[in-house]
Amino acid sequence: MIQFSEVNKRYAGGNEALAGVSFNIEHGEMVFLTGPSGAGKSTLLKLLALIERPSRGQIVVNGQNLGGIRRGQIPHYRRKVGVIFQDHKLLHDRSVFDNVALPLIIAGVAHQDIPKRVSAALELVGLAHKERALPVMLSTGEQQRVGIARAVISRPPILIADEPTGNLDPDLSFEVMQLFRRLNQVGITVLVASHDHTLIRRLGQRVLSLRAGRVVAPELQGDAHAGRA
Amino acid sequence: MPAARDDGARGARLSRQTLRQRFAAYLLHHRQMLAAGFGRLRRHPLATLMTVMVIGIALALPAGTLVLVSNAKSVSGTWQGAARISLFLKQNLSDSALQQLADRVRTYAGVASVKVITASQSLAEFQQHSGFGDTLSLLGNNPLPAVLVIRPANAYTTPLAAQQLGQELGALPQVAEVRMDIQWLRRLQAMLDILHRAVLIIALLLALAVVLIVGNTIRLEIENRRTEIEVSKLLGATDAFIRRPFLYHGAWYGLAGGVMAWMLVLFALLLMAGPVAHLASLYGSQFHLSGLGLKGSLTLLVSSIALGWLGSWVAVARHLRAIEPT
Repeated sequence: MIQFSEVNKRYAGGNEALAGVSFNIEHGEMVFLTGPSGAGKSTLLKLLALIERPSRGQIVVNGQNLGGIRRGQIPHYRRKVGVIFQDHKLLHDRSVFDNVALPLIIAGVAHQDIPKRVSAALELVGLAHKERALPVMLSTGEQQRVGIARAVISRPPILIADEPTGNLDPDLSFEVMQLFRRLNQVGITVLVASHDHTLIRRLGQRVLSLRAGRVVAPELQGDAHAGRA
Repeated sequence: MPAARDDGARGARLSRQTLRQRFAAYLLHHRQMLAAGFGRLRRHPLATLMTVMVIGIALALPAGTLVLVSNAKSVSGTWQGAARISLFLKQNLSDSALQQLADRVRTYAGVASVKVITASQSLAEFQQHSGFGDTLSLLGNNPLPAVLVIRPANAYTTPLAAQQLGQELGALPQVAEVRMDIQWLRRLQAMLDILHRAVLIIALLLALAVVLIVGNTIRLEIENRRTEIEVSKLLGATDAFIRRPFLYHGAWYGLAGGVMAWMLVLFALLLMAGPVAHLASLYGSQFHLSGLGLKGSLTLLVSSIALGWLGSWVAVARHLRAIEPT
């Protein structure tokens, strides 16, 4: 579903964020991406969302080589990848309903279908009663769940999340991760960047670990975990 | 996960949306952006009013001047309609020959009417008006020729056609001299043409100014809505989708500016109507200023909308590409 082959990303200025990254995520898998700050987690997710382009190497998502996607085709690619941000990126001048409905409006979904689908998505994240609220009236955890509802409403086959629990307390974090788990169980391929090792171990999913722009071998990482635990 | 599965079923339906549904959603988005654009103008009434005033003044200047020029042209046109061609005939033409000639001239296609002034009538008129009556009576015989005063038919009142008619009539053997008092009218016409051209050039420059004003206003709007643009791009919005609200916004500015210009022109004409009527009455004329008219008003509004749209397009084309999610 997601395939990186020898991917390098060097930013203007010489900073090499990713160096020879190769991995493969199967359809329907749920994978955690870990590593310290500056290890290249965000860069990797940006490459997947086509916010950045790799300097070298090849990325294939859902059978599509990202190198072959021209600028004009990026919007159509992005509609098939749900993205969740640490800072939610909600629009604060409009209601929860309008925020969640935005991907459908962008995709040109018939307007009579929109309310039902927004309700279903908000129900999924447990915010069915908050449709009319403005994002500022919600707690951080609730805002994050609105962001998740917005990411899944167009039912993308892939969901990527950048530190989705970065601002949440442990209970809320676990709840949000449970939500990803449930989305994964209905067939969505999920990639979550997080440095919350305790939480990751509790969920028991495959872990992809980055150190200084390289994928670290699982056994090494297991040692690291063992050492810390 | 009943809710999730339910959502999944709907997701599957998304891809099966008919073309017609997609088109309906597309049209709906246009309608919503049309309404939203107007809403944005209303949300900041003072700022909007100032921008609209600037656009209105920029458009009213050329529109108003064009109205005045076309009024001046129509005035000179009516004078031209009154153009007369005088045929001074050779001496010693008998009265019957004179009548014959007059009848012949009446058959010309370009001639609307012919007034015959015999030599003795000329003399009587001259004596009456000039004050040289006594001197003339000393001459013994009448030195004045008979005259045919010709009013050209409507189709022959343009300078060129009147000129041709005059030459044609001048070729008649009985005619000594042709006099046409239209030369100065042609000069006036030429001057008005120059003025008209100058106004058009100014209009083009001011139209460019409107494009820049709207462009700058929309640029600020784009800056204010940066987050929204970034998020929309991340959610898969096409450039056209992101452009749409700004284009409608600009078009609304154009329309509002056009209406403002229309009102300014109307107001200026109302202020001038009194003095113009007074001047016309001094010339014994029924002339009154005509306004933009239906065609002029529509042209003004359509071009102002187009300029607003264009200005916003320029801003959007320059700045939207620069805003990419990071």
